[in-house]
Amino acid sequence: MIDLRNICRHFQMGDQQVRALDDVNVHIETGEYVSIMGPSGSGKSTLLNVLGLLDRPTAGTYLLDGRETTSLDDEELAHTRAGKIGFIFQSFHLIPRLTAFENVELPLVIAGVAPEERRPRVQQLLASLSLESRSKHRPNELSGGQRQRVAIARAMVMQPAVLLADEPTGNLDHVSGAEVLAAIEGLNAKGITLLVVTHDAEVAQRARRHIRMRDGRVVEDAP
Amino acid sequence: MRFRDLIRLSLDSAVRARMRSVMLLLAMSIGVAAVIALTSLGEGARRYVADEFQALGTRMVIVIPGRSETGGVSPGMLAGETPRDLTLGDALAVQRLPGVERVAPVVVGSAPASVGSLEREAPVMGSSADLQPVHGFKLARGSFLPPGDLTRDTAVAVIGSNIARELFPGREAIGGNLRIGDRRFRVIGVLADQGRMIGMDSQELIIVPVSAAQALFNTESLFRMLIQAHTRDDMTRVRNATIEAIKLRHQGEEDVTVITQDALLSTFDRIFTALTLTLGGIASISLAVAGVLIMNVMLVSVSQRTSEVGLLKAIGATRAQITALFLTEAILLSVAGAITGLFVGFGVDWIVGNIYPSLPLSPPTWAVVLAIVVAILSGVVFGLMPARRAARLDPVAALAGRR
Ligand SMILES: Nc1ncnc2c1ncn2[C@@H]1O[C@H](COP(=O)(O)OP(=O)(O)OP(=O)(O)O)[C@@H](O)[C@H]1O
Ligand SMILES: [Mg+2]
Repeated sequence: MIDLRNICRHFQMGDQQVRALDDVNVHIETGEYVSIMGPSGSGKSTLLNVLGLLDRPTAGTYLLDGRETTSLDDEELAHTRAGKIGFIFQSFHLIPRLTAFENVELPLVIAGVAPEERRPRVQQLLASLSLESRSKHRPNELSGGQRQRVAIARAMVMQPAVLLADEPTGNLDHVSGAEVLAAIEGLNAKGITLLVVTHDAEVAQRARRHIRMRDGRVVEDAP
Repeated sequence: MRFRDLIRLSLDSAVRARMRSVMLLLAMSIGVAAVIALTSLGEGARRYVADEFQALGTRMVIVIPGRSETGGVSPGMLAGETPRDLTLGDALAVQRLPGVERVAPVVVGSAPASVGSLEREAPVMGSSADLQPVHGFKLARGSFLPPGDLTRDTAVAVIGSNIARELFPGREAIGGNLRIGDRRFRVIGVLADQGRMIGMDSQELIIVPVSAAQALFNTESLFRMLIQAHTRDDMTRVRNATIEAIKLRHQGEEDVTVITQDALLSTFDRIFTALTLTLGGIASISLAVAGVLIMNVMLVSVSQRTSEVGLLKAIGATRAQITALFLTEAILLSVAGAITGLFVGFGVDWIVGNIYPSLPLSPPTWAVVLAIVVAILSGVVFGLMPARRAARLDPVAALAGRR
């Protein structure tokens, strides 16, 4: 479902060129569980941003569900993101003035889904992540683990095919991290494609496929 | 995105940033209130003057000696001639013109008036019985000047209420004798209090027959001639005929200025409308200032919410949707400001109207419409730039909180 061919992402810093991604070739099937590791600055986040259509590669082709994405315009990219891709960030990125419920509901609101239809979907998701009692709380009233689970619910509410997680446990203690991992692995068990960027070997070990990066290149890709 | 959700999200954001929103509301409402209050003032003054003129009775044509109109340097004046005086003979000639209903000659001056040992200086107006209908004087009691031959010098006087009170303290003025200058008059009427009537305070005035005033001030010439036309439609004809008739009597010299009340009124109208427009324009500047403030505050808001914009993009919001969110917030704030401003503006009008009941304030419709339209427009115009800046943010950089 994901097919990256000769992907490059270069940044021009003054007269110096940073090769954040340098000729990356990756093929990922639906339902895979992939970890991405590598030293800081090796291009993991950049790869995830390209995969999530937040960033455009400088060169190469990216086929998502067989469709070439590098030629899509901003609006088409936004719609593709909305429908196919869910993001989870290290720093949660919840909107502080909205409640847990409203944060989870936001992608549906943007997609123009009717309120009657939104409510059961959001409530069901919150319940499946053991957050039903927290739905009226604002992010600052939630623990880190709860915040990340709200973020997972938000990423899932549009029923995407791919879940991209950039160090999802990076800001969490061991117990919360384990809860969060259990949650996203549960989703993977139901068929979602899962990519997790992490510095934690223990976390990475749980995936079924392991990609290792260095200096913008994939240096190891093994089960 | 649904319209209701758009409004809800923008409103939510505006309400959460309370300080910022209150500031914008304040700026916008001050602008709108200023437009309302200032144009009300101009409009109120215009109507006040218009009402004063209306009280004079319509159909009035005024003859003033001398050519004082624009470009009014006549060849005669250059030759060193002084403009000929307006006389009673002129008034009698005008009286015979078609379309003329009444003519009131007017002589004015100031003279000491006394009763026994009580004395005071008072403005004296010499005229005829026709002055009452033409000028709209009302009597408190007694009667006005008797009709009859203009050249006959009857020694009667109609006096203002203050004069009556001061010179006849505690007793009836009517029938009393009054000394003006070195002449004696019998008081036959007291004027009703009508406030000021074009520069004449009716409470302080003494009215005597025109020939008595001429004798008193030792002059043949008239200060004014007030003509009442039969109908409104006659006014222009009367004006032209009057100019012709007086020109004929003045050896072909057009040495009077004839104004119709309409012309006078429309001149005042123009002046006050210009004044109102100017005030409205000045007040609108504060609306523009409020607009600039909106822009700045929204720009700050965009930079504070950079990572939120990045998140919105990550979950699938398009540029248009992000523009709409920020723009709606700016518009909501300016609309709320405009409505608050309307209340404040009308509130000021109401308060001023209670303090000065004779100056009823209400803004012209165009000013209300203008204020609201400009307020909302400035929300749109000044909100658009920050909104588009937000929409154009690069999602990766925005998520990282960079711009
Ligand atoms: N906007 C940018 N402008 C210039 N250089 C950039 C930009 N974004 C990333 N880079 C560079 O690209 C390289 C890869 O960055 P990336 O964030 O993908 O690394 P990473 O593997 O996620 O690192 P970390 O583990 O620290 O998160 C780094 O050298 C980084 O400095
Ligand atoms: Mg990273």
